[in-house]
Parts: sequence; C-alpha cells; structure tokens
Amino acid sequence: MTTLTQIEKNIINQLQKAFPITQRPFKDAAESLQITEDDLIENIKNLMEKGIVTRFGPLFDIEKAGGKFCLCAVSVEENKWPEIAEKINAYPEVAHNYLRDHTYNLWFVLATETETKLSETLTLIEKNIGYPILALPKEREYFIGLHLEV
Amino acid sequence: MVSDQDIIRSMQEGLNLSPTPYSDTAKELGIDEQELHQRLYDMMERGVLRRVGLVPNHYKLGYRHNAMTVWDIDDQQVDEIGELFGKQSCVSHCYRRPTHRPDWPYNLFAMVHGKSQQEVAEKIAQLNELSGGHCRHSEVLFSKKILKKTGLRLIKGGKEDA
Repeated sequence: MTTLTQIEKNIINQLQKAFPITQRPFKDAAESLQITEDDLIENIKNLMEKGIVTRFGPLFDIEKAGGKFCLCAVSVEENKWPEIAEKINAYPEVAHNYLRDHTYNLWFVLATETETKLSETLTLIEKNIGYPILALPKEREYFIGLHLEV
Repeated sequence: MVSDQDIIRSMQEGLNLSPTPYSDTAKELGIDEQELHQRLYDMMERGVLRRVGLVPNHYKLGYRHNAMTVWDIDDQQVDEIGELFGKQSCVSHCYRRPTHRPDWPYNLFAMVHGKSQQEVAEKIAQLNELSGGHCRHSEVLFSKKILKKTGLRLIKGGKEDA
C-alpha cells in the first residue's frame, strides 16, 4: 500500500467530494487545504503520475446525455467460457466483461446509442453465442462513486 | 450552440492542471467562461454531471478486494434499502435492476469494497443487518478475471465509444 503525506491525504479526502467551478478553482480549493495554488497543482500532478489519482475533473453520467447501457449475464459451462467470451468481446458495443464465480459466470456491459440499437445488438450476440442472455438494465441508481477516507 | 455532448467530449479526459482550467476549456469551445460555469451547474442540476472532483485508484489506497452483491428485496422496500446501501462508504455502485424469476430473483445490486476479504465479508454482513429482514435471499459474486475493460466515453463523431 502506498504511503501518503498528510497534505496528499487531505487533498484526496476533500477533492473526492467536490472541486469548485470558479475562475481560479485551485486557488479556492487550496485555501481550505491551507496550501498554495501551485502546491495543490503540483500535488495533484504528482498523485496522477504515481497512479494514485486516476481521474480529475468532471464526472459525467453519459447515459443521461443520451446513450443506452445494459448489464448482461450469461451462464456458460466451465470449459466453454473462453470461447464464448471471445465471441462476446469481439463486439465494439461491449464495454467490459468480467468472469464471475457463479452459475451466471460471464458479466458484460453493452453500450449503444439508442434503445433500438441495444435490443438489436442483444439479439445478435444471443444468436451468435447460442446462449440466452439475462438483460439487467439499470432501473434506478441509488449511488455511484466511492468515498475512501485516507 | 455548444451541446452537452460538446462539453462532455472536451472535458471527459479531465481538467487541465493549469490555474484556469475552465477558462482553457471555454476557449477551446469558443464560449466565455461564465457561460461554461453556468452550463456545468445546469448539467449538474439535470444529473448529466455527477460532480467535479478527484477519483482515487482504490487498489493503490489498499482497497484491493471487492464483491458484487445481489439482493432479493421486497418491491415495497427496495428503494428505501437501495438508498441506505448507497450511503455506506464501502459501496461504490448501487442499482435497482429487473428480475427474471425463477432464474434471477435479485432486484438490488451493490458493489462492496474492502482492504481484505475479511473486511468485505464484514461489510456484507452489515448490509444484511441494514436490510432489516426485507431481504429474502442474497448472493455474493466475486470477480475471477477481467475479460475486457474499456471506459464509457463519447467519441468525436458524436457516437458512443463502447
């Protein structure tokens, strides 16, 4: 596990929640952290270079801006999953795919522009792999994000 | 007129690490900075923008273990319990999804994170307590392997990049 300075910890804890939308946002955020604007910028640069911070900026809900997503699950025999996963992954609409420890062992997310395109792609993949797909679109989001106090 | 999509495309890779990051983006988009601020607040109001902030790499912070937990909760209670689960600091994603009975009875999904397998198990037990007897059955699906991972992004042509 990475060791962090107290300043880095404060930055991570505070800026996970919010970063100001102002003309000099680093200056404004630095004030409550009791460091200078330059220090804050340098620290964030450094945290990103070390891979401790993976994103910094606006976090959009792409779905709300148009576009359809659907979580899908398939139950495939233990010796068959590599072949089926390869077929699934070949579709550019497949954003990610995980092997999980369950009867439903392949879990992937489809991302398309429209509802119609989504159901077309689902049908296409289902035909291609020869297994039924469990379509589990999000009906409601209660929370997304992870607040890790360090 | 600059669209939401234009703003997303110009900002989804992150903010410039310069003293005036919004002004930099506004220039790129050909609008003035005040307008960009207003647009971002408006997108936040509509939920298109979740927040502006920093996302730490949870692996590097020691949170190396996670599990997808799925719950069969009474329809009457699912929203209340979903909100409650979502408030727990160990939960990164919490969604309601359709059931496909009898194969798939689970309507609530929560991704749980911890520094050890033990901690994840404890957090799941806490969620179970919080469900207050409204959960008929739940399961834990550990991930064994990442088979594909690309980010959800908008690409230049206005299409989604899958």
